[in-house]
Parts: sequence; C-alpha cells; structure tokens
Amino acid sequence: MSDEELQVNDSLDVISEIEDGAEQFLTFILGDEEYGVEILRVQEIKGWDTVTNIPNSPHYLCGVLNLRGTIVPVVDLRLRFEMAECEYTATTVIVVLNIEGETQRTVGIVVDGMSDTHNVIPSDIKPSPDFGNTIKTDYITGLVTLGDNMVMLLDIDRLLSVEAIG
Amino acid sequence: MSIDISQFHDVFFEESFEGLDAMESGLLNLEDGAADIEEINTIFRAAHSIKGGAGTFGFMAVSEFTHKMETLLDEMRNGQREVTPESTNVLLEAVDVLREMLTAVQQDKDTDDARIALVCEQLDDMLGGDESSDIEQESETASTDSDGDQPIGWKINFRPHLHMLQTGNDPVRLLRELESLGELSVNLDESQLPLFSDLEPEDSYLAWQMELISDVAKEDVVEIFEWVEDDCDLTIEALFSTAETSAEMSEAESAVAEPAESAVAIEVTQLAAEKTETKQKSSAAPVAASIRVGTDKIDSLINMVGELVITQSMLSQVGDNFTEEMLPQLIDGLAQLERNTREMQEGVMRVRMLPISFAFNRFPRLVHDLTDKSGKKVDLKLTGEQTELDKTVMEKIGDPLVHLVRNSLDHGLETPEVRLAAGKNETGLLNLNAYHQGGNIVIEIEDDGAGLNEEKIFNKAVEKGLVNADDKLNPEKIHELIFMAGFSTADVVSDISGRGVGMDVVRKNIHSLGGSIEIASEKNVGTKFTIRLPLTLAIMDGQTIRVANENYILPLISIVESIEIKDTDIKQVSGKGELYKLRDDYVPVIRLYEVFNIEPQITDLEDGLLVVVEGDGQKVGLFIDDLLGQQQVVIKSLETNYRKVVGLSGATILGDGTVALILDVPGLISLYREPSSKKGLVKPERAA
Amino acid sequence: MAKILAVDDSASMRQMVAFTLKGAGHTVTDAADGKQALDIAKTQSFDLVLTDINMPVMDGITLTKELRALPSYRFTPVLVLTTEAGGDKKSQGRAAGATGWLVKPFNPEQLLSTVNKVLG
Repeated sequence: MSDEELQVNDSLDVISEIEDGAEQFLTFILGDEEYGVEILRVQEIKGWDTVTNIPNSPHYLCGVLNLRGTIVPVVDLRLRFEMAECEYTATTVIVVLNIEGETQRTVGIVVDGMSDTHNVIPSDIKPSPDFGNTIKTDYITGLVTLGDNMVMLLDIDRLLSVEAIG
Repeated sequence: MSIDISQFHDVFFEESFEGLDAMESGLLNLEDGAADIEEINTIFRAAHSIKGGAGTFGFMAVSEFTHKMETLLDEMRNGQREVTPESTNVLLEAVDVLREMLTAVQQDKDTDDARIALVCEQLDDMLGGDESSDIEQESETASTDSDGDQPIGWKINFRPHLHMLQTGNDPVRLLRELESLGELSVNLDESQLPLFSDLEPEDSYLAWQMELISDVAKEDVVEIFEWVEDDCDLTIEALFSTAETSAEMSEAESAVAEPAESAVAIEVTQLAAEKTETKQKSSAAPVAASIRVGTDKIDSLINMVGELVITQSMLSQVGDNFTEEMLPQLIDGLAQLERNTREMQEGVMRVRMLPISFAFNRFPRLVHDLTDKSGKKVDLKLTGEQTELDKTVMEKIGDPLVHLVRNSLDHGLETPEVRLAAGKNETGLLNLNAYHQGGNIVIEIEDDGAGLNEEKIFNKAVEKGLVNADDKLNPEKIHELIFMAGFSTADVVSDISGRGVGMDVVRKNIHSLGGSIEIASEKNVGTKFTIRLPLTLAIMDGQTIRVANENYILPLISIVESIEIKDTDIKQVSGKGELYKLRDDYVPVIRLYEVFNIEPQITDLEDGLLVVVEGDGQKVGLFIDDLLGQQQVVIKSLETNYRKVVGLSGATILGDGTVALILDVPGLISLYREPSSKKGLVKPERAA
Repeated sequence: MAKILAVDDSASMRQMVAFTLKGAGHTVTDAADGKQALDIAKTQSFDLVLTDINMPVMDGITLTKELRALPSYRFTPVLVLTTEAGGDKKSQGRAAGATGWLVKPFNPEQLLSTVNKVLG
C-alpha cells in the first residue's frame, strides 16, 4: 500500500503522460474494497478535520467543514454504502471532489485511506455487475482490474448530487 | 477601418437613465407651478443629450422619439409654448416610454409598441402635427442639370471676406479639399491686395478663380464651402465641354421635406428595423452590476490598507526573533491588527453603500400619478434621504416600500371630503423617513390617514378562518393580521394596491434581508410602518447559543429577550405543547435539542434559558443551554455546496476555523410545528 | 499630432470622441461644460476645439465667443457639434466666431475626416 496524502497530492500536481485515450483515476480504500474516481474531479485531499453537524440531515452526512472560507459538506461513504461504520483513524482522509450538476459544487467524502493513481484505458473497464438491491448499483459506472484488485469506479455526480446527500 | 464605439454603450445607457430621472423630477417640479426657465433648460438638455447619444450610437428609434420630446421642450424654453399640466403629463408619460425603450435596447428585449405609438401620437398632437417642418432633411437629392447636358466640372470664384480668417478657416485648406475632388486649376486674384505697409496680417485680401474638372455634383462643391458661405463671395457655374457658360445656378439649398407620413408608421418601421438591429447583437448577457463610488471612500480604504501593511510588517518583525519578553509587543500588534481589520471592514462596507434617496426618488412620481387618478390630495415629505445603506439591500427594499406607499395612498389616506368632514386638513401627509440606529437602518412610512380599521380587519380574518370569532385580540395583534397570506380588506381590488398578496410578501422580503417590520396605527390619526434593516447583507450581528454540545448563532435582530424560567410560568396545553407566560401573552416553548434531534444535556427548563425570539410576526421561546458571546459574523452560504436547510439561514466561520450554523427563526417555528421525519439517526461520535 | 479640446456634457460622447481621436494619434483633453473648457483653454494651448452647444453653466456658443476673445485662440479652429434641428445654431455658432460645425449624430469616421480636414 503506497503512502498517504503527500504522494497523492504530488500525483495531482503532475498529471503525468497519459497513454492514448487513457484516463487517470485515483483509488481509495473502504473496508476491504477499493474504489476509484476520475482524478480530474479531485480538488484536494485533507486529513480529517472538525466537522459541524447539520441537524436533521441523513446519517451519512457527517456535516460541513470550512475549506479555506467555503462551507463544504462531508459525506461518510461507508454509511452511504450501508457498510459498517468505523472509527476514524490516522489514515482516514477526506477526498474533496468537484461535482457537476445544475451548478458546480464541492463535496468531500470520508474514506479509510488512499490507494494509488492509475491510468486506465476505457476498453479495460467492464460494465458493473448487478449488485442486487443495494445502493451500489446506481453509483458504480464500471469495474477495472488494477494489480491484484478489482476497483469499482464511482459516478460521483449521481452519488453526491443535491438530492442524494440532502 | 471601422471604429467600434459599442464599448461606450454602457456609459450612454447609464447617463441616459440618470437623465430620465432628472427629467422626471424636473417635470414634477414644473407641475407644482414653478415654471423656472433654468429647470426647463435642464430638462431640455437631458432630452437633447439622450437624443444626440442615441443617434450617435445607432439607436434610431430612441433618437426619433426623444426628438419629439426635445422639440416640445425647446418650445417651452423659448417661451413659444406654455407649460401646462397637460403637456407635463404627456412628457412624463414619454419619459416612462423612453425608459422602457432604452431598457429594451440595453437588454435586447421587446418593447410595448402599442404604448410607444400611443404616446407618440400624443406628442404629435401637442406639437400640432406639423412634423415635417421640424425634421430638416440634410441630405439633398442630387440635382441634375436642367439643361439635360452633364457639366464636365465647375467654375468657382471664391473671394473670402476681410475677416474670414478670424473664424479659424483657412482658404488653403479649402483649396486642398477642392483639389481632392478632381483636377483643379487655380488663378490667383491679387487685385485687392494693399500695399505692404497697409497690410493687416490677419485679414484676407486674396481671391481665386478656379476650374475644377470633375464629375462631382454641385452640392459636393458647395459643401466644401459650407462653413464659410457667409464669410465669402462664392459663385459656382457649371463648366461644359462646349465653351458655353450655363446660366448661373443659384446656390440655394433645396431642403426637401419628407412626405408627411403618419408618425405611427415611422415609429413602427423604425422599431422593426431596430429590433432586427438589436437582435443581431450577440446574445445580451444580463446587465453587469456596477456601482459608483465616491473617491473619498476609495482614498480612505487605501489609507487603511497602508496602515494594515505597517501592522503586518511590525508583526512580522516581532515574529522573526520572538522571545517571551516580546509578548507585550505581540499583543499590541494584534490589537492594532484588530483595529485595522475592523476599520477596513467598515470601510469596505461603506463602498457598497448608497444614499437611500435612490430608492426614495421614485415616490414623488408615484404619488403624483396615484393622486391624479384618485383625486386625493397628498403632500409627500422625504427626510433622511442621505442615509446610506447597502446597494443590494436598497434594490430589494424598493418593491416593499412601493407597496407600503401604495397602501397608504389607497387605504390610509382619505379623500379631501372625508378628511374635511373629520376635521383634518384636506391635504394628507405622507412622510418617508430614514436614519441609522445601531447597526441598522430604520425606514419609516407614516401617514395621517384613517388608520387601520381594526373591526374590518378582524372580520376579514374571521372570514378567512385565520382567527376565531370569539378570539380576543388586542389592537396590536389585529394589526399583525394584515401580514397574513391572502389578506386584503379592499372592497374592490383596485389596481392601486393590488390583490392583497402584498403585505405578507412585503414582510417575507424584509425578513429575507435580515430585517423586521412593525406597524403602529390609531384610528383616524394615521398609520406608521417601521422597517429595520441591517446595513449589509453579508455581515450580521449574531448571538452565540449553546444547545447540548453544539453552538449555534442566532441573529441578534430576532431576539426579543432572554429569561430564566420558573416551572410555574409554564403551562402544558394538549395539542399545543408547552407555553410560557410572558406578561400578557403565552409563547410556545421550542426545545431546540428536540427540533435538532440531538442528545440533550439539559432537559429541565429551570436549568437552561429561554430566549424569546420573533419571526414572521410570531413570538416563540427557544429553550437553550446557555448564551455565549455576541459578535459580528460573516454569513456564508450553505446552499452553494450543500442545500437549503429549513431552520438555518446560513453558516459562518468562527475564530477557531470551525463552522457554526446560523439559525433562521421562521424556519425553526415551522420545524417545530411540522417535524419532518427525523432522518438523522443519532450520529456516531467522531474522534479526530 | 494635434492637441484637441473636446467639450460635451454627455460622458458617453466625450468618451467616444476621445477614443476616436486618440486612436488617430491626437492628444485629447475633455471638459463637461463651457466654463470648465474655458478654464482649461486659458492654461494650455490647443490646435482644435470641439464643443457641444447645449451644456449647463456655459453653453457652446458663449464658449466660442469667449475663446475668440482670447488672443491665443483668435484663429484656432473651433467646431460646434450641433443637431440637425438646430439650423439657427449653426449661424449663431458662426456669428460667435466658430470655424464650422459637425452635425450630430456623427460616426467616428465622420468625426475623424472633419477633424483631419480642419487640421489640414
């Protein structure tokens, strides 16, 4: 497992040479599963910070935090995917994403830890299987095998839309 | 090479709208009998400028329309036309139409052509319909040689008068211009040149006889001498290839008057042409907001920034080699920083502030129009117009103010007969006043009319099911009823004050600005509305409160008072929850931890505090753990990245960098009344 | 190039005129009324004066008269900007000593060509 924020932030700074048609993804860990998001959508990665709770909000909304003067909501992906919750540790990070929708918004997600960045050729992406009646079905755009792992690629615009996190 | 002057359009629009405002107030003053020649001149000049600018920038329909107004005004300032209420009214209407036309052009929208045509007609009628005499046609039709023979050129004799040079005109220039038209041969005539000793260097003695071989028309030659035609002897004869000299043609310019089309037709075609013209503009973006700022405000900000820089470098020095002994200096520096920051904050706020006169200025016209229609006599007094407030707040308070004024004029102030019968002066008083108080601006709208009719209001409220017939309400509570949705006691829905959708919207608008509105009224004496608004939208005075282990901010303006409760003051009413006896009233007690669904630390009412707050005309008591400090908070949006949450009006960032939520009282009240399904399960504690 | 004094109470006109003439390499000073213009003219010299007629404080005709009374401006070209309807303004302007006129509305090209004509 590669190290944390520093290396990933470096990767963000340098969008390296991309093979023809390949897209870059950032992957992270949730429990024993690995997920990926398009790197261009990742604004930054923060360590866990004090979050202010919003009354009467869904349980997977941790609250909002101050990101250099802007109020940004933070979603706990474990709870969002109805996984078991767990305590936050030193590796817990918040991935701050740019979400497209009617307006452009910034939303953070809490994940167990960062994994790596990968170049993925679209043809390697397999369609997402039917997860049955779980949340995941709606939000996974595809699967890709990276190294030894199966990484699930997230459709963050749907996952973190206004309706979804309200 | 085409020079693009569209960059000056914005300036033109801005000054034209200002000009229209000046025309309007000028015309209203004229009405009051003071036919001041200077005033008329000012109005004329405003119209003249708009016409000139419109023509220059290609807005021909606007130019044509304004031309009619200008002509009327010109006659007035020359004494050729009397200033009558009729004419000022037509001009006032024309100002309205012109405003519409300019806005339409500016925003690339459609115009109300019917209205424009109507007012055009009115203007034309006033002008006596003899349009053609006013619109000179500069362009002349080319006059062909009546002989049927085309001249090969012109024979030009040109003798400047003695003093022609003193107009700054130079014969050499004229000759050069002639030269550019074709082949020019020149013969100098020095016959009038005096002896050198008698020569006046500033006078002109020379003359020229010239032949110009060219196929230009006579008008083109005449044009060159246009400026000096009075200061010289000029003859122009046609030159033919047969050495025959043709009859001397007179220089008289033929002003060809336009066939008298109906003014309406001209306007309509012009407008159609202009519409296509403006449609071709790249899709108009909404008008960029801008603001005029006095340089004194900017200069003062620059000074403050200078002081901030000094403070920063001082702190930087202290930080460089910091030792414990330097602590007092550090504290001093920080105190200075606090001062600088506060000053700059106030300074920057002031940049966005404009005098409320901008909002008040529409009222003389409004009052004039409405009293005209209703026959009531009203004396409008505006005071405190220089009181400043934030530009955006002012823009949003405009409509509510208009509604309140219309209300006064429609329901409050009585007709002269009724007033006389009541022993009042037949002219009613309507007073708009503004002043600063604390961190707010207070706007008062007061009339000496009939006051609110409490009986009528109460009955109407019963009719609408808002109260029960046997409810005992004090006058104050009855007054508050008019703010309820759908309320209107107008027997006939007049177009003056509309359908009673007004008052609740007025209050909502004021609340959305973080302000409040109160009514005071006495039968037959009058009514007074008092509006309180924060000086700026971005910053608010907040009271921090604690509920369980969470802190929230309450807008100071919504707090009535805070009390320590005794259980004996609480009444439990089935179906209505807990009520607290506040003097003559009972206010519902809202346990915030319940509304917010958080684990309470204090549940016993006697252990906490009750903060009585006001929202949307209702008073409630919020039960909290404790009151913390008061401070100014910068309002940050929750909606940008999250969404609107009922009960919250936004968020702010505290000194320690954490986020605090700002409460919205009306929202809290609705949460209390209709608790939505408690979505949030108790959230897990997060350790850092 | 030339030093030009442009006088008009309309800001958009002043801006348009200044922009057009500066673009052709001239130096332009502007004033919003006749009095301002006169004060400026007394302290600097100009090769050409362009003035609107209808202005507050001091109008263009009076300005022209006042300028002609100044020794340094006896022969300076002065053009009045007049609207078509002001036929008598043209002769008034000339009677006051103006060199000529420019008819409003005019476009930048017309302005330039007239100015060039006068400046020779």
